[in-house]
Amino acid sequence: MRDIAIVSFVQSDCVRDAGAQNEVELIMPVLRKALDAAGIQSAQDVDFTCSGSCDYLQGAAFAFVSGVDPLGAVPPIKESHVEMDAAWALYEAVLKITMGQAESALVYGFGKSSPGELPIVLSQQLDPYYMAPLWLDSISTAALQARTMLDNGDITEKDMAEVVARSRKNAKSNPHAQLKGDVSVDELLAEPTYLSPLRKHDCCPVSDGACAMVVATVEKAKEWGKPYAVLKGIDHRIESHNFGARDLTQSPSTQAAAKSAGVANGPVEVAEIYAPFSHQEIILKRALGLGDDTVVNPSGGVLAGNLMMASGLSRIGEVAMRIIRGDIKRGIAHATSGHALQQNLVAVLEEA
Amino acid sequence: MSDQNTEALEPITGIEVPVYLDYNFTAGRATARFLTGVKNGKLLGQRCPSCRNVYIPPRGCCAACGVATEEEVELSNKATVESFTIVHIPIPGNPIKPPYVIANLVPDGANISFLHVLSECKNEDVRIGMRVEALWKDASEWDYAMENIQYFRPIDEPDMEVEEIGRLKDA
Repeated sequence: MRDIAIVSFVQSDCVRDAGAQNEVELIMPVLRKALDAAGIQSAQDVDFTCSGSCDYLQGAAFAFVSGVDPLGAVPPIKESHVEMDAAWALYEAVLKITMGQAESALVYGFGKSSPGELPIVLSQQLDPYYMAPLWLDSISTAALQARTMLDNGDITEKDMAEVVARSRKNAKSNPHAQLKGDVSVDELLAEPTYLSPLRKHDCCPVSDGACAMVVATVEKAKEWGKPYAVLKGIDHRIESHNFGARDLTQSPSTQAAAKSAGVANGPVEVAEIYAPFSHQEIILKRALGLGDDTVVNPSGGVLAGNLMMASGLSRIGEVAMRIIRGDIKRGIAHATSGHALQQNLVAVLEEA
Repeated sequence: MSDQNTEALEPITGIEVPVYLDYNFTAGRATARFLTGVKNGKLLGQRCPSCRNVYIPPRGCCAACGVATEEEVELSNKATVESFTIVHIPIPGNPIKPPYVIANLVPDGANISFLHVLSECKNEDVRIGMRVEALWKDASEWDYAMENIQYFRPIDEPDMEVEEIGRLKDA
């Protein structure tokens, strides 16, 4: 693929309940900041716009259409939407730019999950004939996965607690994080189980918020005169929605996407991984082939705050901003969608 | 599959899989202010700081300019018919007996129309540009709903020119 420049990225705070704000009111501030950071006025100044959201989260039909209101879409703009995390909206924008149909794009994701019972709402992602009618919620499917791993001896409960303790500690330097602080592995293991074998802290919190990113061809970014990170590779793969047909202890889709995106083509200084449950970070770290020299989730990851439909794009944005600030030269980001890591996207980012 | 087995199976034409999801829905800050106004017998629009258009109901954002709308504008009870339709089909649960008129109404001081019922006139007399006013229910019945206005009815004012509808004089 051709190099794509990530010019700006902005994420809102992760909050448990955004109160009276609707999706438009959540999006507007991050769009404004992302556009300002790229030095452009509005969506009129980019060739393509793509958003990621899911109307089921807030229970408002066609909320994704309202999500166009903050763009200033008069005169008409080229606009698209994915009913997925905005990491896949970025993927669509990358295709658009790669095909030569756009030189720049605005990508954003938003989710107000607080109005509904999120794990139950997410049961509607399951196959509608055999599994969704069982009301299998997203925490239960993750618990099935964790149980399999523990019984296999792939991980221990201590390994899971270590992931959580590191997330809380790293999140202390993330102003947008919802859950942060110093907590010991022993303290975490002393907590009762929630949905066995998961404890509450093994599960990401429910958060409201949004994020936005401006991308462009490298030539366009140079024309704008802004610093940028380079997206060197991006790919995504999906596995069966039939849990019985999957080995839940592995993530072959992540492995395939990582290979195709070129994760192993250089050192990985930082990896931002979308693991909504602690044990999943371990599965993903293995699938991505990461060693101990890679810093995983320096932002705290989504265990510190999970903006449904925005967290995946945020993972990419987190790495991009570290490169733009000059903290690192090369990093990778991962996004997931569906139950028990069904679908996975991997992106490789490098300095310009 | 053998012919015998095919005959033995009843065709499955559907399964029942009801979905119930509970939400604590929030309208949004701007719409909540609008609904609070309606509960107090007022129609509150919001003006775009960029293009000066006035939105009702406001959503907190000018969809044309993509900027936040903050300035609140109290709108008149008078409005102009921008378009209308005569409903002949009974809708289950709707207490209004067909045929009746549903109109796109632009309240004075706003650019955007909303839907409401027109009454106290002959259906065949309704026309684009017709001047109407809101008939509010008794204040004791007011809630966070547009139903606080029972319907709009014609007033004795000359029709508005079609090209003037939704144009703001002070914009």
